[in-house]
Amino acid sequence: MSPNLRIALRFLTAKKRAMLMSLSCTVLGVGLFVLTQATTSGFEEFFIKTILGTDGAMRIEDKIQDTLRQMTAGGGSDFQISQRQGLKYIEGVEEPKLIINALKDFSNVSGAAPVLRGSVLVRADFKNESAQVFGISLEDHLKVSDLGRQIVQGEIATFREQPTGALMGRVLADRLQLSTGSSFILEAQGQRLRYTVSAIYETGVADIDKLRVYVHMSEARSLLQKPSGVSFVQVNLFEKDRAPQNSIQIQEVLKHSAKPWQEREKSWLSTFRALRISSAITVSVFTLIAGLAMFNTLAMIVLEKTKDIAILRSMGYERRDITQIFLWQAGIVLAIGAFLGCVVGALSTLGVSYMPLPISGIFKTETFVVSWNIWHYVEAIATAALMVMIASLIPARRAARLEPGDIVRGTAQ
Amino acid sequence: MADTANFALRCDNLHRYLGQDDARVHVLKGVSFEARRGQVYAIVGPSGCGKSTLLYLLGLLDQPDGGEIEINGRKMSNTDDLARTAARGEHIGFVFQFHFLMLEFTALENVMMPMRKLGRLSLPEMADRAHSLLSSVGLGEKTHRLGTQLSGGEQQRVAVARALANQPSIILADEPTGNLDVKNSALVFDLLTRLAKENGQAVVLVTHNPEIAQRCDLTRPMRDGLFV
Repeated sequence: MSPNLRIALRFLTAKKRAMLMSLSCTVLGVGLFVLTQATTSGFEEFFIKTILGTDGAMRIEDKIQDTLRQMTAGGGSDFQISQRQGLKYIEGVEEPKLIINALKDFSNVSGAAPVLRGSVLVRADFKNESAQVFGISLEDHLKVSDLGRQIVQGEIATFREQPTGALMGRVLADRLQLSTGSSFILEAQGQRLRYTVSAIYETGVADIDKLRVYVHMSEARSLLQKPSGVSFVQVNLFEKDRAPQNSIQIQEVLKHSAKPWQEREKSWLSTFRALRISSAITVSVFTLIAGLAMFNTLAMIVLEKTKDIAILRSMGYERRDITQIFLWQAGIVLAIGAFLGCVVGALSTLGVSYMPLPISGIFKTETFVVSWNIWHYVEAIATAALMVMIASLIPARRAARLEPGDIVRGTAQ
Repeated sequence: MADTANFALRCDNLHRYLGQDDARVHVLKGVSFEARRGQVYAIVGPSGCGKSTLLYLLGLLDQPDGGEIEINGRKMSNTDDLARTAARGEHIGFVFQFHFLMLEFTALENVMMPMRKLGRLSLPEMADRAHSLLSSVGLGEKTHRLGTQLSGGEQQRVAVARALANQPSIILADEPTGNLDVKNSALVFDLLTRLAKENGQAVVLVTHNPEIAQRCDLTRPMRDGLFV
């Protein structure tokens, strides 16, 4: 152990009460930082997981029409002026198979599934409701969504086996008082076709659960009278965070608009980000308090240890050693505080994760959603380290600046 | 040259002002002083005559406003803080009036403290030397006692042992017996002078005690910032 560290340890243990105060503030700061980040990120991550599991990481829809206007000079000249007029879109994907085949060349694409969408009226025995029918190829769709895991009543296998089967959102089924095995009519384009509820799903997203009815692609084509093409291709990615970059590349290559999930869910993601920043600011106040407590403790130790500083300086300890001794004290409190703070943060996160909190609307959960992410701990420690080190630098430098002659003279008087 | 080598400490025409503006006082008015190895010097004089100020300047704890200080032939005035700190660690041992032990540490740790900084010896060698020094000041049985568990006289004896730890060529003592009873005063003075003489160290002490001053090799009385 270095002499400076040894001295720092003794100085600290001599001021137990002040040290415990600084330590508890640091523990509280780090612990609360971890807990708030875990809870706010937990809900955000859960929302992202829900939305990715429902609508995929990317949607490829509307074809981009080339609107390049060209003027060529006459008289056999090669002179030509080209001018882009802005983008025009043709609704839907005319050749989904070609698009899906082309998507296989993108290494980050893990799956692609065609979806035909249209507005319908759902007629049940007691009530009618407006809804949206989603024609899907089940096996493809299961690769780009969590639909299989979102079934809350019935079996996905029943839907697979029933050509006129349908998967209905829980809210819509409740409103129409339908359960698995019940039959209902979908009406669109003047057509009325009868279906059976194969299973009921629940994503937790109210806008989806009250609107969507999934049927087989062939049935959707008959109902919506669309023999070819689809509304969009739902794409899943291995690395979801790369969706914006991938969408630019895909749009460039496939000449279809590609919308990443970050853009699609921009408003909710902004809300979560604002929430996270707000809680980070709140928590920073706690770490600031930890810093102030550290400042207070060290300033007190400097005041009480001026005599010892003079002794050390008279024995050949440099200004740098004195600074180090006080920074070591801050470092020791920080290290213990950060460790205990992380433990407290992890335990309270675990405790909170068992707290009952029924939420549905933007996602479905019965308990508090938390996120276990090592970076929350790293960020908490880094914030506390910054605060504590800034707070300890002032008293440490003050201690180092003390002139031994002044101290000895002052004491001698 | 031989004469120069005999001097552990020299100062010439030292000036020092303390306080600021109207309260500025000319404490040292051109003091010159020399200390030979193996000799014990007493600086005596009334309070406020500048004895302690001179001692802190000689110990490089303070900086003069004018004049020169030489430690073992090396000019130390106008050197930077780092050089002065290094010289303190290597060449100078201090004994202060109020013991100035680090009370959270044991007697042994206090004596080892300057050795740890200088880093000349290995840890077991440091511990051996600290034990031997504490034994020579009669505290061989109390090496593991904290500063708070020692009497005033014992603390001052630890301070003497600590001052000798790095075998400095100069021992500076500011009223080393000022806070002790007669018996302990004599004990501490005897220790200081005996050990210093054995090791060929120059001892400069500031004292109000005429008996202590008489027992020194040379007494230098001071008045109003000058030797008289």
